[in-house]
Amino acid sequence: MSILKEQDVVPFRNRVKEYAVKTGMGIVNQTKLITAASELVRNMLLYAKGGIALIEVVSRGRENGIRLTFADKGPGIADIKLALKDGYSSGKSLGLGLPGAKRLVSEFDIQSQVGKGTTVTIIKWKNG
Amino acid sequence: MEKIPILRMGRFLLVTIQVDLYDRLAENLESDLVHMVRKTGARGVLIDISAVSIIDSFMGRILGNIAMMTKVLDAETVVVGMQPAVAITLIELGLPLKGVHSALNVERGMELLRSKIALQDGESQDDDIYHSIE
Ligand SMILES: Nc1ncnc2c1ncn2[C@@H]1O[C@H](COP(=O)(O)OP(=O)(O)O)[C@@H](O)[C@H]1O
Ligand SMILES: [Mg+2]
Repeated sequence: MSILKEQDVVPFRNRVKEYAVKTGMGIVNQTKLITAASELVRNMLLYAKGGIALIEVVSRGRENGIRLTFADKGPGIADIKLALKDGYSSGKSLGLGLPGAKRLVSEFDIQSQVGKGTTVTIIKWKNG
Repeated sequence: MEKIPILRMGRFLLVTIQVDLYDRLAENLESDLVHMVRKTGARGVLIDISAVSIIDSFMGRILGNIAMMTKVLDAETVVVGMQPAVAITLIELGLPLKGVHSALNVERGMELLRSKIALQDGESQDDDIYHSIE
């Protein structure tokens, strides 16, 4: 799904919810996943003028989950460690998006290259 | 443009958020509320979020801003009906809803506001406010 404007955020969240419900994920984990997704999608819009968000159902053994990939061709992040710190923001917002999203999901991966873009991948296991 | 209605109930303003807000709508609500508080001299703002399924850091910041700005205008903000999953998620996200009081439902929220105002006004108010729904 391509995310290019702020009005894309709510429909995207609804899609994530549909998938999460399909895997039988409980309401608390759903809420955590969608909140993390919301943070990452917002970052993509804000810092990279949009990008692509991918929703997949994944499984490992008997465990099902949802994997979300957020890929943009924005400016990239020079210091990922810093960006992952609670309260760090290059703008005037709260700086909780990346570290908060990381806490809310089971697996979190971020790849970024200055001038090329950023890709964040998260997995939330159904019972994770 | 869509707008979120703000109801006036005596000295309180009541807002019911029925949809998951996109950003512009949330920002408009923030400025509309601040204007309304100033215009009406309201002493309390109740925001019913029982239908809200997601509060991310953006939405949390808006709620915090509303509380902060209404406070400057001598009004308290109470958020009512937060879903348990949302509350749990907010904690893990690390979002402190600074200055935002919360209550289980609108009635409890009203009680909380009344007691806060009574405290501030030195108990001089009787509770006629609470019958005068305009
Ligand atoms: N997709 C992205 N592209 C470029 N920079 C980003 C991206 N996502 C996050 N950042 C950078 O990382 C910082 C921290 O992000 P975040 O934790 O979401 O906090 P906030 O968005 O409140 O600033 C941002 O201020 C921004 O500088
Ligand atoms: Mg952010």
